[in-house]
Amino acid sequence: MSSTFDQVAQIIAETCDIPRDTITPDSHAIDDLGIDSLDFLDIAFAIDKAFGIKLPLEKWTQEVNDGKATTEQYFVLKNLCARIDELVAAKGAGAA
Amino acid sequence: MQLEYFQMIDRILDLNTVEKTITVEAQVPMTSTVFEGHFPGYPIMPGVLLIESMAQTSGWLLVALMKFERMPFLAAVKEAKMRGFVAPGELLTVEASVVHEGSGYAITEAKVKVGGKLRSNATLTFSHIPFPNPDLRGHMDAVAKRVGFPSQAIA
Repeated sequence: MSSTFDQVAQIIAETCDIPRDTITPDSHAIDDLGIDSLDFLDIAFAIDKAFGIKLPLEKWTQEVNDGKATTEQYFVLKNLCARIDELVAAKGAGAA
Repeated sequence: MQLEYFQMIDRILDLNTVEKTITVEAQVPMTSTVFEGHFPGYPIMPGVLLIESMAQTSGWLLVALMKFERMPFLAAVKEAKMRGFVAPGELLTVEASVVHEGSGYAITEAKVKVGGKLRSNATLTFSHIPFPNPDLRGHMDAVAKRVGFPSQAIA
C-alpha cells in the first residue's frame, strides 16, 4: 500500500503535469511547485475522492488570511499529508 | 431566454436536493443581436452560451443545496462538448447533477438536450462564497421568482 505522500505526489503530478521526481515531502505546493488556487481545487477534488475525506480548504484559507496559521502548515506536502492522515483517522473514528 | 442579459434559464422544471439534480427549460429566442454576428446567414447559439446555460442550471442547484446562503461562481470548464447546433427558436432542456461537494467548491456535470437528444455537455467546477453584498442577493431572489425556484426545496 503506497504512503499518503506517494498518493498525493502522484495526484499532483498527474493533475498539474509536474514531473513526479521534482515533488518531495518538503515541497511547498504554492511556492515551490507553482500550483495556483484553481489547480489546487483539482488536487483537492482528487484527494477528497482518493481518501474519502473533505479537505477543509475554506477553514485553512481563513486561518492563513487571519494570520492564525502559515501556508507552510497546510501546503508543504509532508504537512498536508499529516492533515490528510488526521482527517482519515477522524473519519474512521467517527464510523466506529 | 434573453441572451444579451445572460438570462439563460426560463423555468426550473425539477429540483431534487436529495438526488442533487435539477432540470430547467430554456427557450432560445428567434431573434437576437447575438445571432446577427453568430453567424450572418447561419444563426446558431454560441457554444459559450450553451456552457453558460449549463453553468446557470448547475448554479441554481448549488444555490439550493447551500440553502441560498452562498453564491457559486464558475471556476473551470472541462470536457465541454458541442455535439450539435442549436438554432434560434429551439427549446432547451438543461440538466445538471452534483459530482462532488468540496470545501468552498463543487463540481457538476450538465447536459443540454433538444427534443431528448444531447446537444452539449460539460463538467463544471464552481467556487462558492457567502453572498458578497445585498444587491446580488436581492438580484438572485428576483431571478429565483422569475424562474420558479421552489422555495420549499430549501425549507
